[in-house]
Amino acid sequence: MSVRVQTADFDLGEEILKLRRGNPKIGAVASFVGLVRDLSEGTAVSAMTLEHYPGMTEKALEEIVAEAKQRWELYDTLVIHRVGPLLPTDQIVLVAASSAHRQDAFAACEFIMDYLKTRAPFWKKEETPDGARWVDARESDDEAALRWDSTNGYND
Amino acid sequence: MITVLYFARLRESLGLDREQIELSSSLSTVGDLIAHLRARGGAWQTELAPGKPVRIAVDQDMANPATPLADGCEVALFPPVTGG
Repeated sequence: MSVRVQTADFDLGEEILKLRRGNPKIGAVASFVGLVRDLSEGTAVSAMTLEHYPGMTEKALEEIVAEAKQRWELYDTLVIHRVGPLLPTDQIVLVAASSAHRQDAFAACEFIMDYLKTRAPFWKKEETPDGARWVDARESDDEAALRWDSTNGYND
Repeated sequence: MITVLYFARLRESLGLDREQIELSSSLSTVGDLIAHLRARGGAWQTELAPGKPVRIAVDQDMANPATPLADGCEVALFPPVTGG
């Protein structure tokens, strides 16, 4: 399990290769890459800055990944989240999971992203034509995270 | 003495990223701390008003108003998170 918070960009191919190299039991690697868009809530975005809470960020991500490993059969996972100034088309986040079969890898990636969006202490500030603004948390993200709660009947 | 950290929108509107606060018999939980900060008035009162979506962590774990504060702990106040 690897969790990295960094300003530098990442190379998806290289990271996936490192994640799976030398393990013939891995039959599936699923990954998700989040990107900066040039539009947010109908307003043009020219740049973005990502702030985080050093220490708690890594801890929160490690807890999320540990929970994913309890729920699914995974060989390894990787989370990279960038911080600092970013521009539209830049990569923000990478989540990857390796497993014997695709179902576990797909589900784990989606779960880690849904929880990351509601639990990991990152904040986005966007540059728009009207000036800089902090992004508001979205209810749809809370709902996405809630569906993994077994009491809601989504996850058997 | 505890360390209180402020992040993102809160850090900007309060004009402060960290401070030290002395604990006392009337300041021993997260709820007490919020009341103490609100009493400063101005932006403190507005930003930390009841119903405002403020999240609190104690020693880097999410906390609630009943969470006790111990000498030397690190408390963080921040808006709901928006990463990913």
